[in-house]
Amino acid sequence: MLNALGEPQSLLLLGGTSDIALAVAARYAESGPLRVVLAARPGPRRTEAVTRLSALGAVVEALDFEATDTASHPALVEQAASGGDLDVVLVAFGVLGDEEQAWQDHDAAVRLAQVNYVGPVSVGTALAAQVRRQGHGVIVFLSSVAGERVRRSNFAYGASKAGADGFYLGLGEALREHGGHVLVVRPGFVHTKMTEGRDAAPLSVGPDEVAEAVVAGVADRKELVWVPAALRVVMSGLRHVPRPLFRRLPL
Amino acid sequence: MTSLLSGWGRTAPTAATLVEAGASDVPALLRQAIARGVIARGLGRSYGDAAQNAGGTVLAPLTGPTTVARAADGTPLVTVAAGTSLHDLMATLLAQRLFVPVTPGTRYVTVGGAIAADIHGKNNHRDGSFGDQLVSLDLVTADGRLRTVGPESDPALFWATVGGMGLTGVITAATLRALPVESAYVAVDTERVPGINELVDRMRAGDDAYHYSVAWIDTLARGRSLGRAVLTRADHATADQLRGPAARDPWAAPRGPRIAVPFTPPGLVTRPTVRAFNEVWFRKAPRHRVGELQSIAAYFHPLDAVDDWNRLYGRRGMVQYQLVVPDDAESAVTEALRVLADAGRPSFLAVLKRFGPGNPGLLSFPMRGWTLALDLPASPALGPMFRTLDALVLEAGGRLYLAKDSRLSPETFDAMYEQADDFRKLRRDLDPAGVFQSDLGRRLQL
Repeated sequence: MLNALGEPQSLLLLGGTSDIALAVAARYAESGPLRVVLAARPGPRRTEAVTRLSALGAVVEALDFEATDTASHPALVEQAASGGDLDVVLVAFGVLGDEEQAWQDHDAAVRLAQVNYVGPVSVGTALAAQVRRQGHGVIVFLSSVAGERVRRSNFAYGASKAGADGFYLGLGEALREHGGHVLVVRPGFVHTKMTEGRDAAPLSVGPDEVAEAVVAGVADRKELVWVPAALRVVMSGLRHVPRPLFRRLPL
Repeated sequence: MTSLLSGWGRTAPTAATLVEAGASDVPALLRQAIARGVIARGLGRSYGDAAQNAGGTVLAPLTGPTTVARAADGTPLVTVAAGTSLHDLMATLLAQRLFVPVTPGTRYVTVGGAIAADIHGKNNHRDGSFGDQLVSLDLVTADGRLRTVGPESDPALFWATVGGMGLTGVITAATLRALPVESAYVAVDTERVPGINELVDRMRAGDDAYHYSVAWIDTLARGRSLGRAVLTRADHATADQLRGPAARDPWAAPRGPRIAVPFTPPGLVTRPTVRAFNEVWFRKAPRHRVGELQSIAAYFHPLDAVDDWNRLYGRRGMVQYQLVVPDDAESAVTEALRVLADAGRPSFLAVLKRFGPGNPGLLSFPMRGWTLALDLPASPALGPMFRTLDALVLEAGGRLYLAKDSRLSPETFDAMYEQADDFRKLRRDLDPAGVFQSDLGRRLQL
């Protein structure tokens, strides 16, 4: 159960080898005994993540997870919950892809939409059923400011995040009366292995800052947070910039 | 009907199906219990998750009649439905010149809840806790059987149920000893005490001469003023002590709340506001005053005058931390006050009192020693401070009160309650299918 200070006893990481997911798990492991279910593709990265979290004192279980294999998702969630209630679930998988390829290469475009939009909707639905069964539970969806106003430079990625962002905000409303709580997190540029080699945007952050915002947002029962918080104001401005001008901005 | 339920601290709400039923419907209800089980809920005054059952069933208070009889030795005995509030029970008893044997800081708890939490009052040092004043209780266990259980007839089940947080069954009624009194007033001696050491000395030396004793501590005072307090001790007023309005209406029962907090105001409980409140409160207390007549409500339940006062803590809610340490470990109390003062967390008055010897209740809280209760606005930043306090309490051989707890881990809980495994074993035998479940039970793996 989540306690009065927002500290969970169990955590499910979907996309469990992401830098942000591991940073969140590390923070929760500090506050007390923690059971972590790490759902990710099998491989050395997952093995290393299991070792790292075990070293922090967490009891870790690894499950095979493939974002595009949507048919397997309901059973995966049930298996994750077979060891007890899921207090906090982090939906932390996604791909950035090559921005230009993502609208010119048909396969790449479809794949990006499947991983970033269809996948989250699929696990979100399976998680919603679990939250309703157990009468409580927090789902954290890692969105992006790229979805808040979709821009030319990465619109395929931005559009997929926008869709999933909207789905999880709505899911939060639907699960309220069932004891569920959904937190949508919109980070700006985060220095992770996903963005490695790319030029950092202004107001960029590291995985630890995102993890800190996740932990605080869960404890405060927030529905939507930006990381860093200043991005909320920036994005609020950008949303209203007229299209001809928005086109000329170096974004 | 699915309802979002939380405790008095208004933290960690979960959804459950809330069911209203009569005592005779309980066995059928238990037979239909779904996988997530059933827990009985009273008036929701436990601070944490004791009366919540996420995804399961929560049973609303069971009402019924209250009757008073005399035991062979003349002791007045009251038999009361478990869902009756102590507020209503006091009104019934005062009309017969009787009082409840134990009252907590609020009248808005049910008799069933009082047994499940084995509540204590300001007379714990001489009368023990609620369970110590029980003759018997009626309990519907997981098999649907209604059993009348007393400390002699079935000590194992009785002492598992007293303090058992509702996890042994549904309490439907109880018989307890009532206290003959001469009025609905108490005569109160009040003194300001400049610091924690003097406070401990005075309570140790003088508490036994009083029926009731409690000290209110200013937790923001530091240095030489650490633990400065107002000590209030009282006895039931005798008929010849009554003066003025008390003499004209000696049996006035406590009334309902006079004012309400209609919504949740943001940011009220902060360091400056609490510091100002605590300062005014300390200064306005008399240095020393003897025999002041106070009503039952004013002395025992000052916060009951304000309906929904818990809303004052804002959207995040509040956490109460109540510890007990053995009699010779008063230095742990001092250290806890120092940790709190150093952290600068805004806590309204903390409450310190002396406990008498505990009872055999497997999960009962009181033990001979000192109990300190603190209210704090909930914040994730409190985690490390609470863990420091947990370690301090464990080191001193003490424990935390489950009716107030909303954050302990099973590991720390087990270290504090040495009979936790006996309780688990009894539960496995009595309720193998796990019909009785609560969020607290899940959190502490009971």
